[in-house]
Amino acid sequence: MIAPAVVGYYEPWWIQILKSIVIFAVLFQIVPLVLLGERKLLGRFQARYGPNRVGPFGLLQPLADIGKLLGKEQSRPVTSVGWLFALAPVVSVLTAVASLALIPFGNRRELFGTPVGLYGIDVSIGPLYVFAFGAIAFYGVMLGGWASGSKYSFLGAMRAAAQLVSYEVSLGLSLIGVVMTAQTMSLTGIVEAQGGMWYVVPQFVGFVIFMVAGFAETNRAPFDLVEADAELVGGYNTEYGGARFASFFMAEYVNILVISGMAVTFFLGGWQLPFGIHPAGWLEPFVVLAKMFCFVFFFIWIRATLPRLRYDQLMSFGWKVLLPLATLNALVTAILVTVT
Amino acid sequence: MTWTPGDDVIAVQRGPAPGGAGGAYRAFGETLRGLKTTFARIVEGPVTIQYPEEKTPVYPRFRGRHKLHRFEDTGLEKCVGCSLCAAACPSDCIRVVAAENTPEQRVSAGERYAAVYEINMSRCIFCGYCEVACPFDAITMGHDYELSDYNRGDLIFTKEMLLDVPLERTPLRAEGE
Repeated sequence: MIAPAVVGYYEPWWIQILKSIVIFAVLFQIVPLVLLGERKLLGRFQARYGPNRVGPFGLLQPLADIGKLLGKEQSRPVTSVGWLFALAPVVSVLTAVASLALIPFGNRRELFGTPVGLYGIDVSIGPLYVFAFGAIAFYGVMLGGWASGSKYSFLGAMRAAAQLVSYEVSLGLSLIGVVMTAQTMSLTGIVEAQGGMWYVVPQFVGFVIFMVAGFAETNRAPFDLVEADAELVGGYNTEYGGARFASFFMAEYVNILVISGMAVTFFLGGWQLPFGIHPAGWLEPFVVLAKMFCFVFFFIWIRATLPRLRYDQLMSFGWKVLLPLATLNALVTAILVTVT
Repeated sequence: MTWTPGDDVIAVQRGPAPGGAGGAYRAFGETLRGLKTTFARIVEGPVTIQYPEEKTPVYPRFRGRHKLHRFEDTGLEKCVGCSLCAAACPSDCIRVVAAENTPEQRVSAGERYAAVYEINMSRCIFCGYCEVACPFDAITMGHDYELSDYNRGDLIFTKEMLLDVPLERTPLRAEGE
């Protein structure tokens, strides 16, 4: 039997609980920041201010948003399937948070007299774990759309299914190159393997494919066909309101953080800095977070720039361009790894 | 009979066909151009005018709330109660009731003065015809555009309100702005 987690050192149970609470708490403080940052940055990209009325510099805007959403009535259509309707947002949030556990924020450190890894869990099947939870995350979207009992929600869910399935393949293939180069599937191992050079350089094609597919996976512009508010009113979450909508919304932003974290881990050397700079150990999580915020900025920048793709463009791009490119990348990397 | 285009016919310039490797390359280039365009907006900064704190400046000839005037030296009202403004008003929002000046109580420079001068701001369309019609330049259009109120009755401006030195709440647009 394969152990669920190959940690390689002893971690007491209370450290694991503490770690999960800390990661959960910190990342959930970041989600409202990303929310606000997105709205403010979108404003700046459009030569306006964005929210600046609630609190100093509009800093309390996400709080006001969340307060408003939580204060709303829980309603659902009569045609909806009750318990699935309620389950869908839970699935979305759960899978998003579960993928969060994998992002390595730092190396192993001595804390309270025991070695502690600055990450939720270091599994021997890193990328597979991410994809497993990514696949379950579809259920949140699909169940939400289907259980709503509304045409628009259902259309959104169908699009989501097609889009996520086709881009998940490219996402997986883009990481095969990294895994082959690093010769390990443990995320901390992958980060450590990037000590000499970040994989963004040798695996540049893989990085581009990962980013494009990552945009599709998180349902962000220009691949936000799942929501497509102009055509589908809001896609799978049309019928949702109040706290359930807030859950979907939060899951979306956690997914952005997860994809950013994955990009940092797989391609940008995780907690390592270039040019032989070795930051102090306690700085490592901040290095990772800073890199993640660069990606979040890029996500928002793209959203402010690119228009939404048409559905057939999305499909042909995914299957005809991205998938062959990802396959080719994996093949070339395989040959290079074997030869050298 | 076929039509042969002469030398003055210019062939339409068409862009390269989309698709293929060249199309992908151009699409990538155009994406970068789009990213540059949006980022330039951040560098440029917002153009928003934060309204209640910061007001849109008006041009000198902007037609805002009316003002009634007095002679600066004598302090007498310029309005002689001729009702020409009321006659010129297309939306019929000016009401003038004239009265005779007496040697004991002299209000205006002319024979008569306006005992009642009311402008119903909820009807006024700010056309400026009253200003044009006035033979004594007694009424002019000011620059104030913040005229909302909670009651319709409060929007009827009396002579005292129009004669009062108005709160200059509106910035004037600078030369060449």
